[in-house]
Parts: sequence; structure tokens; C-alpha cells
Amino acid sequence: MSRASDAGDQDDQAGFRAFWFRVISLTRKEIRQLLRDPGSLALGIGLPIALILIFGFGLSLDVRNAPVAVVLEDPSPMAADVVAGLELSAYISPVMMTSMHDAQRLMLTREVDAIVRVPSDFSRRLAAGDAKVQLLVHGSEASRATIIRSYVSSALTEWVQRQADRGEPTAASGQGTIMLVERMWFNSANTSTWYLVPGLIVLIMTLVGAFLTAMVMAREWERGTLEALFVTPVRPGEILIAKIIPYFMVGMLGLGMCVLAARFLFEVPMFGSLLIILGSSMLYMLVALGIGLVISSVTKNQFLASQLAIISSFMPALMLSGFLFDLRNVPAVIRLVGHLLPATYFMELIRTLFLAGNVWPLIFKNCAILAGYAVLLLGLARFVTRKKLD
Amino acid sequence: MRDLFRRIVSLCRKELLAILKDPANRVILVVPSLVESVLFGYAATYDLNNVPYAVLDQSRGAVSTQLIARLDGTGVFHRVATLQTESDIPHVIDLEQALIVIHFGPRFEKQLNAGEFAPVQLILDARNSNTAGSAAGYIGAIIESFNVAQRGGAGPPLTVESRAWYNPNLETRWNLLPGLIASLSMIQTLMLSALSVARERENGTFDQLLVTPFTPMEILIGKAIPTITIGLMQSTIVLLVALFWFEIPMAGSLGTLYAGLAFFTVASVGLGLSISAVSVNMQQAMLYTFMLIMPLILLSGLATPVRNMPQFLQIATLVNPLRFAIDLVQRVYLEGVGLLTVIHDLIPLLIISAITLPLAAWLFRNRLL
Amino acid sequence: MNEPAAALIARGVHKRFLAKETGKIAHAVVDVSLAVQAGALTALVGPDGAGKTTLLRMAAGLMKADEGKLEVLGIDVAAHPQAVQDRISYMPQRFGLYEDLSVQENLNLYADLHGVPQALREKRFAQLLRMTDLARFTARPAGKLSGGMKQKLGLACTLVHPPELLLLDEPTAGVDPLSRRELWEIVRQMIQDEQLTVLVTTAYLDEAEHSARIFVLHEGKLLAQGTPEEIRRHARNLCFVALPPQGQPPRILQARLLDDAESVIDAVPQGGAVRFVRRAEVKSKNLDALLDGISLKPVEPRLEDGFMVLLRKRRDVPPLDTKALDTAASGDNQNPPENLDEIVIEVRDLVRRFGDFTAVDHISFSVRRGEIFGVLGPNGAGKTTTFRMLCGLLPPTSGFLQVAGVDLRHARAAARRKIGYMSQKFALYGDLTVMENLEFFGSAYGLYGTRLRERISIVIQQFDLAGSTDSASGQLPGGFKQRLAMAVGLLHEPEILFLDEPTSGTDPLKRREFWRRITALSEVGTTIIITTHFMEEAEYCDRIVIQDAGRLLALGTPKEVREQAGEKDAILSMEEAFIGIVERGRQRNGIAAVKEARP
Repeated sequence: MSRASDAGDQDDQAGFRAFWFRVISLTRKEIRQLLRDPGSLALGIGLPIALILIFGFGLSLDVRNAPVAVVLEDPSPMAADVVAGLELSAYISPVMMTSMHDAQRLMLTREVDAIVRVPSDFSRRLAAGDAKVQLLVHGSEASRATIIRSYVSSALTEWVQRQADRGEPTAASGQGTIMLVERMWFNSANTSTWYLVPGLIVLIMTLVGAFLTAMVMAREWERGTLEALFVTPVRPGEILIAKIIPYFMVGMLGLGMCVLAARFLFEVPMFGSLLIILGSSMLYMLVALGIGLVISSVTKNQFLASQLAIISSFMPALMLSGFLFDLRNVPAVIRLVGHLLPATYFMELIRTLFLAGNVWPLIFKNCAILAGYAVLLLGLARFVTRKKLD
Repeated sequence: MRDLFRRIVSLCRKELLAILKDPANRVILVVPSLVESVLFGYAATYDLNNVPYAVLDQSRGAVSTQLIARLDGTGVFHRVATLQTESDIPHVIDLEQALIVIHFGPRFEKQLNAGEFAPVQLILDARNSNTAGSAAGYIGAIIESFNVAQRGGAGPPLTVESRAWYNPNLETRWNLLPGLIASLSMIQTLMLSALSVARERENGTFDQLLVTPFTPMEILIGKAIPTITIGLMQSTIVLLVALFWFEIPMAGSLGTLYAGLAFFTVASVGLGLSISAVSVNMQQAMLYTFMLIMPLILLSGLATPVRNMPQFLQIATLVNPLRFAIDLVQRVYLEGVGLLTVIHDLIPLLIISAITLPLAAWLFRNRLL
Repeated sequence: MNEPAAALIARGVHKRFLAKETGKIAHAVVDVSLAVQAGALTALVGPDGAGKTTLLRMAAGLMKADEGKLEVLGIDVAAHPQAVQDRISYMPQRFGLYEDLSVQENLNLYADLHGVPQALREKRFAQLLRMTDLARFTARPAGKLSGGMKQKLGLACTLVHPPELLLLDEPTAGVDPLSRRELWEIVRQMIQDEQLTVLVTTAYLDEAEHSARIFVLHEGKLLAQGTPEEIRRHARNLCFVALPPQGQPPRILQARLLDDAESVIDAVPQGGAVRFVRRAEVKSKNLDALLDGISLKPVEPRLEDGFMVLLRKRRDVPPLDTKALDTAASGDNQNPPENLDEIVIEVRDLVRRFGDFTAVDHISFSVRRGEIFGVLGPNGAGKTTTFRMLCGLLPPTSGFLQVAGVDLRHARAAARRKIGYMSQKFALYGDLTVMENLEFFGSAYGLYGTRLRERISIVIQQFDLAGSTDSASGQLPGGFKQRLAMAVGLLHEPEILFLDEPTSGTDPLKRREFWRRITALSEVGTTIIITTHFMEEAEYCDRIVIQDAGRLLALGTPKEVREQAGEKDAILSMEEAFIGIVERGRQRNGIAAVKEARP
């Protein structure tokens, strides 16, 4: 240990060069394998494209032109007038009929989502000031039913409003009317596509990072390719870095496709800076890769690794990260579980970046949390990947 | 005939033993569906439960105070901040401290007393437009009733009596959990059946099986029955969670439900075995399955209704067994219909089975390489 | 720092494993002390489960010894595994080539990892490719190489930089004689040219003949060590060759000798005669009675003879219970050895193509009832493809094929009941217990109730499976698995038994046992078709074919084939004959290059 310090420096330098040399070579191998394995390639590139299209076009929480049966049991013009407002709504397409029986039949076969029934005594009771309109919604798709219900009732109450305005001037009563002016920030189109598509980035990066990486690393354990590799100057950390680089790039490719699709196919606005979007996505990619590498090094088995990757990363990212279901609405325990997931933080960040812009405090907070997860998970991956067979 | 029966029983026994002997498998078959059904049952909600909001009250009048008190009284809205100037608004919204800012202008009270229209501004964070829309609707209803009360105190001239069939409180959970009965079991049955032949091929046991007097049909049945059993068992787990944990009342009969599920599980096992028969090894089988599962689930109506999809995708869902299964289970569970009513769900499932099962059996012997 | 004379020193090394199934502790390596000389070839031999692989893995720093000390190149490997791994090379039993990378890319990868400078690389690659004869295939994906070529490439990868110690774990298991010879040629040349230090484990005793020093391991313990000469010496004056009566296959006499474990240590058929090793302590009177007037000729001992003497000395290596074997085989077989001239397998002009690759190229042969029929050939010769077609697992492209009077591919279940099949690798359900496997396959062949129980108890006795019937089959040691696989193949008493490389990678003890069973089966009229890489095993067969690149090169009794290969009067071993015939066949057809790969 009494070597001259510059000799030590030289040693360090040589060691560093050897390190990079091995990493580059392993990475090259990894990329070649990836390019020659149609399965991984399809999963890394084909599936993201399919997901973008499915999510972008297929998944929508917005109701448009929902068929609603309107049963006019009261033939009076007043009754016709009350439901006329429904015709104007873009969300509802009313089907006029006279028999409640027919309407119920349509509802049973789910040809209509709701029934609006104007009873035969409607005009008489309206005059008496206690008219009733019945609204029946099919509740088996609760979210859709809720939306339809609120559209129908607001269309009907608007009529009341108009009636009131026409009938007795408001000024006369000495009391004005409160009028609600809604301003939807960050989503002026009020469409779920705008918030689903940025969230898609999270799903795709989880998929590539955790699932694909877990599979390919577990495959090396399973096929015994690591046994010979271990007895070379290669360090476990180098093997990990070489796995990270190509799948990181695949993830970035998926990100690129998502951003392009978001911007040009679905015309989602992008208020935040592209640089920060890319930067934070890279950070999350490292987190996802860390999850995948830990899973595969622990299971050393493709089947278990893929199951675990789906159960522990993909499904939660889909269900618990706020992608579909707003975490503000779930019970506290579930919210806690959701906040244990790195995906939740990235979800919040990426949506803000797309729809709200560079909100620095949010960026700092979430990036710091993601960086923490990345360090933790990659460190753990390094810890569990050892050149040992027993 | 008895010989055939005996052979199939022994095949099933072998298959079940092979699946259940592995402790990791036993865990994977029970725990995820249990945990996921509970977790997702809670998580999957579009219902508003907790809306943080901020107030910017420049009018400082009685009406605005009264309105805010009503909002606080709902239990859904929680005031997180009281703002002083308009420039504070972006801050609370951007940082997601508040979902909504309610802004009463300085002239609000005056306009109201003058009998004019008095605007109340609602600024919504629509990063999740669904939540924002619901919240806006909620506040709209509160203000509406306030208006009506202000106007005369008497009841409104028109009330909308609304009633929801099959799901009185319109809880998302009520339609999600029946959906999970089908989808969670499909994930596992597809995986299991897709891997079963691929695993045997990789281990060489499939050749050993093919040189015995078993016919491909017998092997197919021997593989299908255990997987179907496991699939139904998984459905049962989710069903129990729905019935006893979330206490969602079941309208239909258990017999009908299981009969429908059996149709569905047969179709998904057929799909899985076909994947298995075309894959060269387990890894391929796994990738194919995964790539199939994703669109099947997303386009099934589990997370978002099929009716919300554009026409061409609605047509694409016609080859998706899960779409029919979810419809079927929801209708039997929530609406209590009989098998005849859901015949339009059963027929496609039958067709899918009738194509995939013989295809798989044929592929056992005639590999497409 | 003083240079140690030995490349590897083990002192009282002990390794335990916890068996997952039973929760018991298994002792893989027990108190082993040895020293591996630098600059020479050292062999580690011993039966399956002797602890050879475990010892090698500990030396490579992949496992840690529980007790004792293991020094490699003067470094304590348990404390500094990376320092050792920087300087040695290791070829595991299953060398993990990256199958979707080409030959050249695999070589480049290992050269990069070992930091071989660019300048040295070209020369080294050229040398390795020449030695391995892979130069023509540099662009081919490793997954598309034949088994033998894969092993050669694996070896080349470990040699891209000259290691200070090369560890080879059964490098030739499952490799055909031609590739085996080439592999050893490379190793020998490296030792000669570069003073390479090599530690090899092997199940082929003839390979260990060339080593400088041999360590014999048995059940984790070091049984003996010495030069090959010293090991051979244990069998000095005990080896003889006996000529069987005219017209009788040598396996009959061999079986008789082997059965008398009190007098005979080992017996194998060799060149139409039987070579055997007697026990030193046995009285010549007993031996004379056993031989019944057959003349003997003393011969020089081989390494294998010395090895067998060492192992048989130990009383914990029980001899085969041949009584049970014979009574079980004959007492219960429904096909008595009659109409022996009946042809049970007929193959005419059989062809199988995969794309533009012809795996089986117009072969024809027939097999009579009760014959032991051997199919020999290098890796990728089309043996397995032929087998799969015979068993109905693969449709032929063209040609005629009949097994037991039918084409099994379209045969009804009843026809398939007549055959038994044992594939190359263990192909039973690993998670199921021995008993569950037996029950399942029994019922697959329509056995049930008392009949099933009867048959199961017979094969359990016949194949010595008692005591482990409740263990998971996958967890059993190799020899046991092989016995179980054969028991399963014979449960339903098939008329014809197909065995695809059943002895590949098994030690001499297990092979003797295996062939003893085959002899017993053939005596009661079971037809046996078998492929093997051990050429001496061809001597057990009634007739053999040699196949290469899909073609039939030779067909006849072992004697006829040997004669076909040799110049007049030359006495060739079966291995020499095989290599001669294959090489001549390749020269004639000029196809060696194109067809060596598997589909």
C-alpha cells in the first residue's frame, strides 16, 4: 500500500477505462439481443403504440349522445316544452315515446341509458306548483349513469330557470339570482383524453421499465448465461448498468411516441417545458428499471418475475396512481397505499407539466421524491445482484 | 367410455398437482386476486368524497358566507384556504392544494340585492376533468337550491325525482366488482393455460404425453378442466369479497352466475391454450399473453364504459370475451336476469370457444413453425 | 509475497446445502484437501453427486465454502472472489452462450469483458477459430449451432485471454466423439503452447487418462488421488478379456460376469469380446466356475478399471440387485421371445426437411423383434429427428415408416400402447412425486386398480425406486431420474422401447447398471432402439447404424461396422471405427460444412 499516489491515480484511471469498456461492450450485447428478440421488441415498441391508440381513442369517461327515453304521458304543450331542452344537449339524444312500458323494455335491453317520464298529471300539478318529472337511470355503469343524471337534471332545472325568468321578473321579488360561471383551468376542452394521455406515459414507462427489464434479467438467471459471465472481470454493477441503458432507451422511445401522440394526434396542450417533461420522465424511468431489476434478481425466474412485475407495478400504476381514479376520492388507507407508489408522484407531475405548466414547487417536490426512489431501488438492485449461485 | 373418463380424470389430477405443488403458484393464485379486489374496490371510484377548495370572498356579505357554510356542511368540500387577492388563485390551484376556488366578486352582494344576476366564479383544476366536472355539478346544484329558496322559500315548481336502477347510490364499486369477478380470473386463467403447454414443451414432458395413448382432445380436456376450475375459484374469491366485504347485494342467482362464468372461462382457456400451442417457449407464451391481456381488459368496459368508445372500437370489442363476460356478470349480479336474457353474451363466448379449443387441440400435434 | 507452487489449494473444504424438499442438510463436499499443479491438466472424476461441480463453483468464487480454506492463485477466494475472477476462466456445465448473438459477437463480448487489447485480439481469434473449426460460422447465431459446436465456442470464449487457471465443468457431456476429440485437442494444445493450468471435471474416464493428476471424489469425499498410472495400478493384474461363445452377443456373457459381484468388479463388452476386472481376493476356482471354460487373455488396465476397483472397494456402493431385475423382467412380460424374425420397425427412404435444411436424408433400415438396435452419430446427425418420426411426434416429409405395423402418427391409441419412449433429457413432471408420476403414466396407458398397483410395485423393485417414492421427481439425483424415466417407459410393458441418449452425462457405474437392465429386457423379447454418444456402448447392441448429416453411413452388427471402417486386419475400437466412417463419409459428400448445424 506504499505506492506513489500518481501510480494510484493511473490505476484508478485504468480501472475506470476498463469499467467503461466493459459496460459499453455489455450494452452493445444487450441492444443486439433486444433487436433480435421479436417478443421483447414487440412488447417494448408495439405495445406502447397499441396502448396509445386504445387509451387515446378507446378510453373515455365522457358521455356523448347517450340515448335517453323520454316518455310523455302528458300531451300538453307545457310537457313537451319541459323536455325540449334535452334535445339541445350534446350529451343526450332523447328518444321520444308515449308508453312507459316500451321505455322500460328498452332500458332492460340497455338500448337506452335512462328514462325521463313526464307523468300525465304534469301540467295540472305544475300549475299547483309541485310538478314532478321522474328520472330513471340504469345504474350498472355508475360513472356514466351519474353523468347522465346530472345532464338531464340540469337540462330540466334550466327550464325552470327560464320559466321563472319569463314568468315573473326577478327584479320584482327584489332578490337576484346567483349565476355560476365555471372556468375549467388546465382542461378547457373538458375532455378526459387530456388527462388520460399524459398518464399513459406513466403506464408505458412502467411497462417497459419494470415488466420488460424484469423478464430479460430473469431470463439470464434462468438460462445460466450469468454463470460464465460472473467468472470474468465484470462487476455486478456493470451488468446492471448495461441492462439499464438499452431499456432506458426503449422507454425513451415510448415516451417520445407518447409525447408526439399527445401533441399531434390527441392535441393535448403542453404548457410545461419539454425539457422538464423529458427530465422527469428519465427520472421515473430509472425508478421503473430499479423495480424491474430488483424483482428479477430476487425471483431469478421469468414466470414469477413477470407476475410480480404486473402485480406490484403495472396494475397499481393503472388503478392506484390516480391515473383513472382520483386519489382524492378514495379512502385514506388506499390513498396511503397510492402514495407509496412512485407512479403516483410521476402521474401528478406529468399531468401538471402537460396541462398546467412549470409549477416549480410541484416539480421540485415530485422530482426529489422520484430521485429518492431511484437511488433506493437501484441501490437495492445492486445489493441483491451478487456474483453468487448459493 | 369408463376408460376415457378414467384417463381424463388422471390427466386433470396430474395438471392440478403440477399447478398446486409449487408454493409460489399457490400464493399467486389466491393472494393477488384477494388483495386486488379489495384494493381496487376501494380505489375505483368516480364519486366525490373529498374536495379541497379555497374561497376568495371580496364581497364579504351575508349571502356569500351563507353559501360557504352550505358548502362546508356537505362533508365533501373542505376549505383549505381563504384567499385575499385574485393573484393568490394560481398558487393554490397549481400546487393542487385546492381543486376549486370559489370567487365572489366585490359587487356580488350588491348585484344580488339589486335583483340582478350575480355571478359567482368557479375556478376548477381540470387536470382530472372528471373530478372537476362532478365538483362543478355538485356546487351548481347547491346554488340552484339556494336560488330557489331565496326566491320564495316555497318548494320549486318542478322536482326531478331521480332513481337509479340496480345501483341506487350510483356507486362505481357496484359495477366495478362484478367486472373484476370476470377480469381478475381471466388474467390468471389466460396465464395458466398459456404457460401450461409451453412449460410442458420446454420441459419435454409434452412429447412424453404425446407418445402415450392420449388423444389431443383428451389432453386438451385434461388441461382445460383444471384451469377452468381454478378460474372459477378465482371468480369465487372476488365474488366473496363483493358479497361480504363490500356488501354489494346480489340480485341474480348463483347458479346463473356460475353458468355464465363457466361459458366465459372456457372461452378464455381456449384462448390461452391457443397461445400456448403457437408459442415456442414459455417466454413467448408469456409475452403474447401479456400483450393480449392489456387490450382485452382496457377494451372490456371494466374501467370505462364500452358505450363511451367511438364506434369502430365498439365493433372491435366484439371479439373480446371479457367484454361479454363483464356485461353478463353485471347483469346477472346487479339486475338479476336469467341466462336467456344474456343469450347475446353467451353466443359470442360459445363461438370463441368453438374456434379456439379445436384450434389448440389441432396445434398440439401440428405445430406452426 | 511467495508464489505458491500450486494454482489451487483446498484445505479441509466443506460445503453443505439445505435440501428444500426435505429440510435436511446435504453434504456436497466433505473435508476435501487437494492441490492443483500449475501448468498441467488436472481431472476431477467421480460418480454423479460426488461434489465435483460444487468444488469448481467454490473455486470460481460463485459459492462460499462453509468450512476450510480455498486458495486460488494464492488468493483466498472466499474473501476476494473478484480478484480471482479477474484472472481465471470458467466454463460451466451449461455454458451460457448468448444464443441470439453470433459466434463472433460472443467472442467479442468475452474479449471485451476480459479487456483483451485490440492488437492481440485478431491473432487470438484467428487461432481460436481455427482450432475450433468455427471460422466458417462466425456470422451464425450461437443458438443455431449443434451441441458440439456450442461447447467448442464456449471453450473458445473462456480462452479469449489466456487465463491463469481454466476451470472446465464436464465440457464434453452430451458431445459426440468427433467434437469431443476436437475439444480435447484444443485444451491439450493450450497446455502445451501456453502452459495453461486446467482443472476439469468429467464423467468420461478415458478423457482423464491424459491428465497429469487425477482426484477421485465420491459422495463429497476425496477417495483417491494420483497420476493416471497410479490410479490404473489399482487394477493391475486384474483385467482380462474373454471371448463369448460363437453366435452369442457379448452382452450375455458380460451380464453374467457383472452379476457375480463377489468375483467380478466390472465387465464391459469390447470389440466383440468381454473385458472384465476380477476382484483380487476372489479364488480362481470361483472365477473358473463362472466362466465355464471360456478362455481368458490378460490385458493392461485402463483408468476406468482402476476407478471401478476404487469405487467397488467401498461397501457403500451396492451392487445391482440383478435377481429382482431378472425375475421382474421375465416373470411378468407378456411377450415371450418367440417369432424373433418378425420385423417390428421398418423405415424406407425416410426424409425430413426443415425449410431448406434436410435433417434426415433418405434413410432405410428395419429392426427385428427382440433386437437391441443402436443409432449412432455426431451431434446434429438427425438421430433425434429420426426418433421423433418413429414415435409419431414429427411427420416425415416423405418416405415409408412403420412401427409395430402402423404409422404411429395416425395410429389409434392401442398402437401407441405398444411403445415406450424415454427422451434425451428428463421429461417427467418434476413437481410430482415419483409415485404420482408412476400413477399418472400408468393410467395414461390404461392401467388402473390392482393391475396398476401391481405394475408399480414391480417397477419400483426392478428399478430400485423404493424409499424415494414420495420425493418430488425433479429434486432427485441424475441417476435416480434416469431410472424413474425408464420405469415410466416400461410400466405398460411395451413391445418396443425408444431410448434417446439415455446415458449421456452419466458416470460409468450408472451406465453399467443401465445396460444390465437393457440386457435383461431384451432377453424377454423387448425390442430396444437406442441412441448414444458412448461408442463402446454400441458393443451392447445387436446391430447399429451410423448416421451423419441425415444420411446412413453404415449398418450392421458392431463387428461388421468395425470391419467396414478398418483396413484389413486392423483392430479398431468402436470409437475409432465411428470417427473413421464419419470422416470418410464427410469427405465423400463434402457436406460437413453445410450440414453440421441443427435446424
